[in-house]
Amino acid sequence: MTGQENIRNFCIVAHIDHGKSTLADRIIERTGLLTEREMQEQVLDNMDLERERGITIKAQAVRTVYKAKDGQEYIFNLIDTPGHVDFNYEVSRALAACDGAILVVDAAQGIEAQTLANVYLALDHDLEVFPVINKIDLPSAQPDLVKEEIEDVIGIEAMDAPLISAKNGIGIEDVLEAVVHKIPAPKGDPEAPLKALIFDSLYDSYKGVIVFMRVVDGTVKRGTRVKMMATGATVEVVEVGTFGAGQFLPCEELAAGMVGYLTASIKNVQDTAVGDTVTEADRPCDAPLPGYKKVQSMVYCGLYPADGAKYPDLRDALEKLQLNDASLFFEAETSVALGFGFRCGFLGLLHLEVIQERLEREYDLDLVTTAPGVVYKVYKTNGEMIELTNPSNLPDPSEIDHMEEPIVKAEIMVTKDFIGPIMELCQERRGRYQSMEYIEANRALLKYELPLNEIIYDFFDALKSRSKGYASFDYELKGYEPSTLVKLDILINKEEVDALSFIVHADSAYERGRRMCERLKDEIPRHLFEIPIQAAVGGKVIARETVKAMRKDVLAKCYGGDITRKKKLLEKQKEGKKRMRQVGNVEIPQAAFMSVLKLDEDN
Amino acid sequence: MRDGVYKMKDISIYIHIPFCIQKCAYCDFLSFPGTEEMQEQYVQKLLWEIRESAPAYREYEVQSVFIGGGTPTSIPAEQIVQVTETLRKCYRIAADAEWSIECNPGTADAAKLSAYRKAGINRISIGCQSVHDRELKRLGRIHSREQFLDCYHSAREAGFENINVDLMSGLPEQQVPDWEDNLRTVAELMPEHISAYSLIIEEGTPFYGRYHRQLELREKGLEPDEILQRIPVNMQDAGLLPSEDAEREMYHRTAEILAEYGYRQYELSNYAKPGRECRHNMVYWQRGDYAGFGLGAASCVNDVRWKNETDLKRYLACGQTADLQTEREELTAEEQRSEAMFLGLRLTEGVDSAAFARRYGQAPEYYYGQTIDRMRAEGLLEKTEGRLHLSVRGRDLANLVMAEFVE
Repeated sequence: MTGQENIRNFCIVAHIDHGKSTLADRIIERTGLLTEREMQEQVLDNMDLERERGITIKAQAVRTVYKAKDGQEYIFNLIDTPGHVDFNYEVSRALAACDGAILVVDAAQGIEAQTLANVYLALDHDLEVFPVINKIDLPSAQPDLVKEEIEDVIGIEAMDAPLISAKNGIGIEDVLEAVVHKIPAPKGDPEAPLKALIFDSLYDSYKGVIVFMRVVDGTVKRGTRVKMMATGATVEVVEVGTFGAGQFLPCEELAAGMVGYLTASIKNVQDTAVGDTVTEADRPCDAPLPGYKKVQSMVYCGLYPADGAKYPDLRDALEKLQLNDASLFFEAETSVALGFGFRCGFLGLLHLEVIQERLEREYDLDLVTTAPGVVYKVYKTNGEMIELTNPSNLPDPSEIDHMEEPIVKAEIMVTKDFIGPIMELCQERRGRYQSMEYIEANRALLKYELPLNEIIYDFFDALKSRSKGYASFDYELKGYEPSTLVKLDILINKEEVDALSFIVHADSAYERGRRMCERLKDEIPRHLFEIPIQAAVGGKVIARETVKAMRKDVLAKCYGGDITRKKKLLEKQKEGKKRMRQVGNVEIPQAAFMSVLKLDEDN
Repeated sequence: MRDGVYKMKDISIYIHIPFCIQKCAYCDFLSFPGTEEMQEQYVQKLLWEIRESAPAYREYEVQSVFIGGGTPTSIPAEQIVQVTETLRKCYRIAADAEWSIECNPGTADAAKLSAYRKAGINRISIGCQSVHDRELKRLGRIHSREQFLDCYHSAREAGFENINVDLMSGLPEQQVPDWEDNLRTVAELMPEHISAYSLIIEEGTPFYGRYHRQLELREKGLEPDEILQRIPVNMQDAGLLPSEDAEREMYHRTAEILAEYGYRQYELSNYAKPGRECRHNMVYWQRGDYAGFGLGAASCVNDVRWKNETDLKRYLACGQTADLQTEREELTAEEQRSEAMFLGLRLTEGVDSAAFARRYGQAPEYYYGQTIDRMRAEGLLEKTEGRLHLSVRGRDLANLVMAEFVE
């Protein structure tokens, strides 16, 4: 057994693309637990999705052994953290399991908005943070400038920061030594009652829920009866172990200071809330670890199976995803147009997309998604307040006193040339200018207050395109403010389609309504009769398009005796019809429900 | 006209000649230019197939033979004569059988045409498509208006008393008066039969590349001027397809104009003088038995359907006729009924309930009651004297109706 003084629990924080995953790979490689052959390109990112997007979604951990220059062996528990603003709570849980953090800064790009957000989050968790300057082999690298920037902006010592190239393996030894010397060893009491933080979990169909945890005090081993303090679930531990790269390595016990996992045949998804404290059932600790909170969803949308019969499959899949993702919320709902489905809550739009893609990819589900929205506060004239997550549930306007929408504080870091276009974008999105400060001669930090519902659609994309990729963005919830909001309804052939309604600021209602109608006109196939498509606010039509009646659907020739060919064409036609949703006497293709998500694409 | 129920012993034969001089820009049939050597090899193999297959049809009397393609008239006349002789030698053929051959202007001179007549071919189908040279050019046809007229008159002189002329409407840049002129020009020649097809933009043809984007937009209900704004400049040179309204007007004008000349519409795209309906095609639409010989030819005998090998090399190399068969399937009772409906509805007279009931057990209403009621309520189907048939509007939307009868 290694004593706590030879354990280092740490994570790496960085802006996206600054080389976090590559550095993690190098650390694992140099500490040698893995042979080169076993190395995948990026060991920590083992989901396809993450690889494609180049970001890390799921916190994971790895245990390696480093033989330091002082001749001693150290156990490194490297905990990976997500790098996106949507996943702040996940980041905070992972950080709480660490004692220190390596801050990776790109030698050419310097500090970005996310760098700041992540480093502040790490400092908030009392982590010892030391910087490394990555990509020093780039021709555009300016390590000295970046060091100054780190000291000026963040206020941490940076002059002796290791200069490295994770990609080319330069300077990695310096990083490893810095981990040993700069990150403090854990100081828990192995004899005290068990107190361990759940920072992640994974569902395995054989082992049940695998709980990822940092043991703060006490010791846990096979047979220990443990209790989850927030959920109250009590189970007997079947296995404990540590994290190899991409595999679980069972061990005898996990004592204070270690990072590892436990399994206990936990089948109930509700039992392992991430952020919860694990303690001994018979000898509980006096108080749970701080920081546990029930996650607040910021963005909601409806998820429906394209094939109504797959509703139970969708429920199962959501339950399984929820195991690994405490921030995913869902509850059953019904739509007149779409049938049975779920109202789901997410941390942000990226989180929504990730879940949607995982459902489709890993669970082979075909989904229809309704327009995402935020949580509005509706104050009724009778003094009641409701939190509105589904536009269909908006009370009658006569019962509404006023409504409030969530506002975020946004920080945008942008190079000088693009300040104009970015400010314009923020204005268009109803942003309120707060301040602008130059971080260095060429870059400024813009602060805006923005309504959340203006940034959940395509703000990132717009930001990227208008700054040619030179802007970075971070936000946090500021609170709720009164706003003039209206519900925009879509009527197809005079019938309101609930799944297409959404809440919008009164000033943008006309524009959005018009674009919705245009989009739907393109998506809805022609019928035997003319179909009016209308956008309405409070019963008043504000925009209209018409799908003309079908004139022709006939094949002149019959391909001689090749009846099979003709039949296949007819079968295809019929199959296409099956995949439509019937609203009144109009068949609406699934794509139409999704098209509202892409409203801003072609303008 | 024949009753919907055929005697078991009747059969029709289709012969495929895949060769043509040059592939037309809209054509997606199994056809290609071929060398003389290739043609000779092919015909020998075809004769072999015809001979080898004969024992299977000992119980049948052939009511019609259709030699199609490709362009059957593009190969030497002797080869066609070999085919007809082999058929006569190996099969029992009704004395009054209909023998058709497809012909493209510019490929059949007087000598060829009289050779066909001598061989007993009594019906010729001329692929005219248009009598306007600029339309012919756009279609990628090899002939001119003059050549078509020559071909038609030569066929008459050779003694053909049963002639069909193929025409195509809805061509790029075609206006309603252009089409009417096409129709009248041909009708005045007084062929016994006219097939008037609306252009279909088929995948895999040069036309698809040129026009599919336009077609998609037209199917969404856009007018030509709106379409013009939404297609790339390099696609505009190909000319604009007529608007949907114009296209449909051409279709409806066809029946009206041809009626003036004594033609009756008996199928979605086919018009004939009384008694001159194409017997061979009626077999397809009424689900009679037919055997196809040659590359890619389709057969359906006794409710078993198959299609011949479509790869020329493999066809030529085949050792026994059974190996030629691909996509072989036995039709279930349900499939038979479904086909009887969607094929029968192509005919103007439609599906005769009583005849249907005699052949398939119960009347169509028994199997498809709800669908029929709905289609009648929509005004797409009508019932006249015990026959279910498409309404005038139903003809424009035939696929929509037919798809309802497919599983």
